[in-house]
Amino acid sequence: MANFFTDNSDLKFHLTHPLMKKIVALRERDFVDKDKFDYAPIDFEDAMDSYEKVLEIVGEISGDIVAPNAEGVDQQGPKIVNNEVIYADGTQENLEALVEAGLMGITLPRKYKGLNFPIVPYIMAADIVSRADAGFVNIWGLQDCAETINEFGDDDQKKRFLPRICDGETAAMDLTEPDAGSDLQAAMLKATYNEKEGKWYLNGVKRFITNGDAHISLILARSEEGTQDGRGLSMFIYDRGNKAVKIRRLENKMGIKGSPTCELVFKNAPAELVGSRRLGLIKYVMALMNGARLGIGAQSVGVSEAAYREAIEYAREREQFGKPIIQFPAVYEMLAVMKAKLDASRSLLYETARYVDLYKTYTAISEERKLEPEERKEMKTYQRLADYFTPLLKGLASEYSNQLAYDAVQIHGGSGFMKDYPVERIYRDARITSIYEGTTQLQVVAAIRGVTTGGYLNRIRDFEAMDIKPELHGYRRTLIVMTEEYEKAAKNVMDVNEPEYIDYHARRLVEMAGNIIMGYLLLHDTERDNNFRASAEVFIKRGKADNHAKAAFIFNSSIDDLGYYKLN
Amino acid sequence: MGLNIIVLAKQVPDTRNVGKDAMKADGTVNRAALSAIFNPEDLNALEQALSLKSRYKDSEVTILTMGPGRAADIIREGFYRGADKGYLLTDRAFAGSDTLATSYAISRAIMKMKKVDLIIAGRQAIDGDTAQVGPQVAEKLGLPQVTYAEEVLSAEKNKIVVKRRLERGVETVEAPLPAVITVNSSAPACRPRNAKLVMKFKHAKTITERQNQSEDYIDLTADRPYLNIEEWSVNDIDADTEWLGLSGSPTKVKKIENVVFQAKEAKLLSATDKEMDELMKELIANHTIG
Repeated sequence: MANFFTDNSDLKFHLTHPLMKKIVALRERDFVDKDKFDYAPIDFEDAMDSYEKVLEIVGEISGDIVAPNAEGVDQQGPKIVNNEVIYADGTQENLEALVEAGLMGITLPRKYKGLNFPIVPYIMAADIVSRADAGFVNIWGLQDCAETINEFGDDDQKKRFLPRICDGETAAMDLTEPDAGSDLQAAMLKATYNEKEGKWYLNGVKRFITNGDAHISLILARSEEGTQDGRGLSMFIYDRGNKAVKIRRLENKMGIKGSPTCELVFKNAPAELVGSRRLGLIKYVMALMNGARLGIGAQSVGVSEAAYREAIEYAREREQFGKPIIQFPAVYEMLAVMKAKLDASRSLLYETARYVDLYKTYTAISEERKLEPEERKEMKTYQRLADYFTPLLKGLASEYSNQLAYDAVQIHGGSGFMKDYPVERIYRDARITSIYEGTTQLQVVAAIRGVTTGGYLNRIRDFEAMDIKPELHGYRRTLIVMTEEYEKAAKNVMDVNEPEYIDYHARRLVEMAGNIIMGYLLLHDTERDNNFRASAEVFIKRGKADNHAKAAFIFNSSIDDLGYYKLN
Repeated sequence: MGLNIIVLAKQVPDTRNVGKDAMKADGTVNRAALSAIFNPEDLNALEQALSLKSRYKDSEVTILTMGPGRAADIIREGFYRGADKGYLLTDRAFAGSDTLATSYAISRAIMKMKKVDLIIAGRQAIDGDTAQVGPQVAEKLGLPQVTYAEEVLSAEKNKIVVKRRLERGVETVEAPLPAVITVNSSAPACRPRNAKLVMKFKHAKTITERQNQSEDYIDLTADRPYLNIEEWSVNDIDADTEWLGLSGSPTKVKKIENVVFQAKEAKLLSATDKEMDELMKELIANHTIG
């Protein structure tokens, strides 16, 4: 009888952010659907009430079904039978419950049987499900792929594929190959056009494909013979009904064991082109990956939530030296820092989700009518912010989830090392978040542009200018000092004018920016709800010390140092 | 051919989750301290009805509940899971009804409805644990009854086939339609609320609820008649008030005692994972642990 939405008031806090009014109005095009669909909202309040009620369903299924199944799923895992992936029993039960509850195609338009929710409540659902079982969210969360078909597919494809997702079919995105991991432009799976039939056929191998036996898969393939780089790649849809893909094996993974990770062999598999040729990687996969990275942000935050709850519950119950261990400074400090990181990364998650919501909705509206100059400007602003914040979120939230999982095991002591407590699984599940959908190192490569172009600094200045209560001004003064230091450190590195030197300091600079940005987000959360005060205090104070150390390191280093680090 | 199915459901205090203040000093249930929920076995009954609806085209599921105004929640919860219609029996005259008076009111209401093929109820409500209302309704309507049902296997050619879960085994029986079935908690759990149905029916209200709404409430029932939850009083079901409420209830509470459980009961388990698992589930379900 647990509800993972209603038992966590922080979720409702983020759901009811002031910017939602604008997001909902745009998403619902001023509520035009209300006369066409009996489940469409009639106004803003009605829409918000609907999000809340639907998230209550997600919370109930997560608490009552998905979480209790997690241990069994971790043990049983999926298997291949007659070239089909059979999920663990618990996974199947979870999926059926979510499908029955109509929780597929959450963000898709109503005309394709979707719920037409903004990204924010969808990401919140992913946050909730991830807390229950991080491995399961992968299968359910791949409904993201439908969003890509909705953005780039033609009307006919949308009409044929999207309602199937809403009815409960699963999806996959097949990008990685044995020799194309982080470097996707090396993908070699071949797409050949048969002139006579007017059809595309796929041949080749994909590896590490989550839910590779999905009903509907998006595939990155080389359509332009003789090309070697990303400009020769296109995106295709493959329908499992064609039975032209062999599932060669399932990986035996460290964590998220319920999620089937497949190696696939395509043998003359008929497929449909999505959008235009040659834009597969440079446009569509980039969009797909940005959505997926936001999803991993949600997964990371959900895992952090689970880790924190396990840790604090254990620390309250476990007695040593005659008192609960939570009363010892060494333990309560760990917990307070865990909570601060959890709150900070969740705040960054929803801030980023709001930017994505606004720019994606403006983009969709721009296809229906010409945007007003003011709207166009806003679209560009939010698109830029989404581009800067998505890798920051994915990079930092995933690292935090690993840190929280590590600390949660530590608080459990020897018991945490045993399979008797959920933290052992959470620890293994967390590990992938900083690796897939682009490693933290690759997120830094994307995020450093926010440092070099001044994108983060501009946003920090906006944050600085926002109204806050007098009693919180001290925190802002600290953040202003941190900003000055960050600016100096960034300038110091950029003045050397050597790309390799920037790459060398990139993670430090991105983390410095992250500390300031999350510090402001927590400060503004505290402005709305004083419950965040402790996290703001802990996070900003630690951020200040952390940034100071990083700045000192940068001021003390020179390009000549790189030689000491280059091992061969 | 579609079936017209009535589900009898009751709103009950959540006695599975009792705190210190669950009972008042006089030994009666402190309803204010307990949250009001859909009686668990009535949810099992609803699932049986919804499952029949998906198997037999053009079937219709109607929720019938008796209680105070807030029991309209039960009908909305039914809509959220796929029920088509709902009736709330509510009247001062019903207050204090025991099982005899309740089954009288319910059977009068069912007589008011057009063709009914099947009436499905939970075995018993967790507040009274009598298991009498279902069978009494069957008797009053002169219908066959199948109790302890776990699954309705089929409902064709004016006949139902039902699997019953009894203390020492399973029994499969047939009965002619129309009939009354009461369902055990061992039956499949009810499906979750559906997102679209929640959004569609969350504005469903009884007339009393609409009248009590604040000024800024937007009433949509004119355009969407399905949002009206029928409210029936004594007059609507042609009932004799003598047979209702306290006057219609021969059950009198003689004495109420506070019973403190002592650790006397023992249960023998074999050392298998299955039995351990079942024990854990039982302890979690009755809130002994967790």
